[in-house]
Amino acid sequence: MNFDFSPDQKSLRDQARKFLAEHASSTRVRRVLDTDTPYDAELWKGMAEMGWQGTAIPEAHGGAGFGHLELCVLAEELGRSLAPTPFASTIYLAAEALLLAGSDAQKKQWLPRIAQGDAIGCLALAEGPAAPAPDTLTTRLAGGALTGTKAPVLDGDVADFAVVAARDERGSVSLALVDLSGPGVTRAPLKTVDPTRSVAQITFAGAPAQALGPAGGGWELVERLMDRAAVLIAFEQVGGAQAALDMAREYAIGRFAFGRPIASFQAIKHKLADMYVAVELARSNAYYGAWALSTEAPELSVAAAAARVSATEAYFHAAKENIQTHGGMGFTWEFDCHLYYRRAKLLALMLGSARRWKDLLIARLEARADREAAAGAPAAARA
Amino acid sequence: MDFSDTREEAAFRADARTFLADNAEPRSGVFETWQSKYPDYEGLKRAKAFQAKKAEAGFAALHWPKEWGGRGLSPIYQVIYSQEESRYLVPRGYFEIGLGMCMPTLFTYGTEEQKRRYAPAALRADEVWCQLFSEPGAGSDLAGLRTRAVRDGDEWVINGQKIWTSGGHWADMAILVTRSDPKAPKHKGLTFFFLSMKTPGIEPRRIKQISGASHFNEVYLTDVRIPDSQRLGGVGAGWGVAITTLMNERLSSGEYRGPDFEELFALARGLKLEDGPAVKNAAVRERLADFYVKTQGVRWSRFRTMTALSRGDTPGPENSIGKLVNAAKGQDLASYAMDLMDMGGMVIDHDWAPMRAAFQEALLSSPGSRIAAGTDEILRNIIAERVLGLPQDVRVDRELPFEELPTSKR
Repeated sequence: MNFDFSPDQKSLRDQARKFLAEHASSTRVRRVLDTDTPYDAELWKGMAEMGWQGTAIPEAHGGAGFGHLELCVLAEELGRSLAPTPFASTIYLAAEALLLAGSDAQKKQWLPRIAQGDAIGCLALAEGPAAPAPDTLTTRLAGGALTGTKAPVLDGDVADFAVVAARDERGSVSLALVDLSGPGVTRAPLKTVDPTRSVAQITFAGAPAQALGPAGGGWELVERLMDRAAVLIAFEQVGGAQAALDMAREYAIGRFAFGRPIASFQAIKHKLADMYVAVELARSNAYYGAWALSTEAPELSVAAAAARVSATEAYFHAAKENIQTHGGMGFTWEFDCHLYYRRAKLLALMLGSARRWKDLLIARLEARADREAAAGAPAAARA
Repeated sequence: MDFSDTREEAAFRADARTFLADNAEPRSGVFETWQSKYPDYEGLKRAKAFQAKKAEAGFAALHWPKEWGGRGLSPIYQVIYSQEESRYLVPRGYFEIGLGMCMPTLFTYGTEEQKRRYAPAALRADEVWCQLFSEPGAGSDLAGLRTRAVRDGDEWVINGQKIWTSGGHWADMAILVTRSDPKAPKHKGLTFFFLSMKTPGIEPRRIKQISGASHFNEVYLTDVRIPDSQRLGGVGAGWGVAITTLMNERLSSGEYRGPDFEELFALARGLKLEDGPAVKNAAVRERLADFYVKTQGVRWSRFRTMTALSRGDTPGPENSIGKLVNAAKGQDLASYAMDLMDMGGMVIDHDWAPMRAAFQEALLSSPGSRIAAGTDEILRNIIAERVLGLPQDVRVDRELPFEELPTSKR
């Protein structure tokens, strides 16, 4: 048994950390924060030169053909650095959707461009300020044309193509692949709680669209996609939470009050210890998710939900207590505390809220216990 | 990342399975602990018998050196053995202090002859060890202890009182920290010994806990004489020895033994609330998910630790998180399970309450888990200082002679 990343994966991590320290520094992140720039295009290009976008894309489609463990390693570093790029939308969601359900032609059309850093993708699912659900979707896919309004769509303002969940002619949910540069597409940026990441409302008025995956299989695909992305986002969350903890630690050691470092007060020490515990538990849950994702294990659905819940709560906890540790300075635009706070909440919502994932987690544990009971396994039936 | 066994690990697992199938008692369908099934001395007697078989078969101390009855294996084998053992009802809480804390201390500070004399006997549970550390005035602040050791030729004369001594009433041997020099600063005037609990002048008295059980004792020491040859470490160097003992505590304790997520989930699946099965209630589902995520977080953290240990890393202070999380979680989980039973939750009658009242029992035993082996607060200090490297609190007791320190008002 070995429950750790390999030496090669660790050296990829070191390399990524070094690259991002330089190319996604606070100064660089703030260029996006303080302007209308939707993302850091120069950084995006640099990441492509490092081959990151193609990490888990097969060589046949222009990628590096590594596995998802390598992608987890990169995700943690991207989360730590707050890199303002459409990596999650493009790689964890759009590219994964193509890999899971795309036809050869669809893969050929988009995957090599994604791997090169030449195409940005997004997932258009939500339709307003409520949890998306198969019964409430109103966007329609009929006769190869898409009609409806999707919002918020993360990176929808800068994406070249979208994977869209819509109701098909038979009323069931299917996925559609849409070239966003085509006719019938109107986009308007929406302000977000984290201005280092951009969000759009996309209106489709008979936009040409191809079916992605089997007709009627859209919601199942969305759920599979969400599980896979949940593990990767959990690593971004763990990276961000660790950075917030590191920042709080450094400040508490250097900041003196009442004649001593505030880090010597138990009120601060215990706060930081609790942040550490939350981050470590989240990291361990994320590791299990990484194992399940990389081996396509049947445990993935439970592991992903647990990783998502754990990381979501750890990041928000670490980000808010980092501000608290900084006192008044933590509430200023000048200090980076708010960047983690904003990102923590954005990531907490971009794949659906912790409330919904907790419900999913229990549903999946119930299903597993039912299967075990049916198979006569004794462990779960200790009533 | 890989959960599969190597060939050697698979062979070891098969051996462990065979041993357990032949010698251990399978778990029944109902949640129970060794202590709930076999109370008090009956439990000890059966535990000793099982431990002797375990030692005989070579499963009792996998990572100990071979010369002391171990197999010199990496900690991953302990994980494998524990996984297999968890399917059985096996004794817990009898020999961990002796094997996990006292023996490693003896290995570090004892003579070869002492190791040869005591280690195999401890392993077979021929001799049970306890730890005479805490005192009424020295718990979290262990270095504030007052039990006096006065040298008399080749012997030391001990007078004082110890407390919270788990298994002190049935222990054969003990390790002991004393104050040999009250004029020195508190950490510098301590001396460490081991001794037989049959030594004249030792009087254990069992303490009744809030759960009604009596696992630990106060131990009075009156003119107890210990030969100087049973001193571990130098005169006045006892604090360093005690730290060795406590470092090992991190690895040997912290396994929560009360009902856990699995039992709560089974309860929620079986219980009806006013609006249907408890597990279908949205508020219940949210709480269940919280408990699950913590449980699994600790579980996978242990796998990460064991992976690091297998590579030769030493057990670090980061292992404190398992105990810190599990103890508080156990208490909350027990209380929540009782809430689900509504009015029925009041009842601790084993023949009436769900799961033979395991949750009610845990409600009453779990406060102890948050205090024993490092309180929640001390563990947070350890994480803050030793893992995160934060500065120590301002101390008023570092340099002053021990006898000049302010003490609690009586």
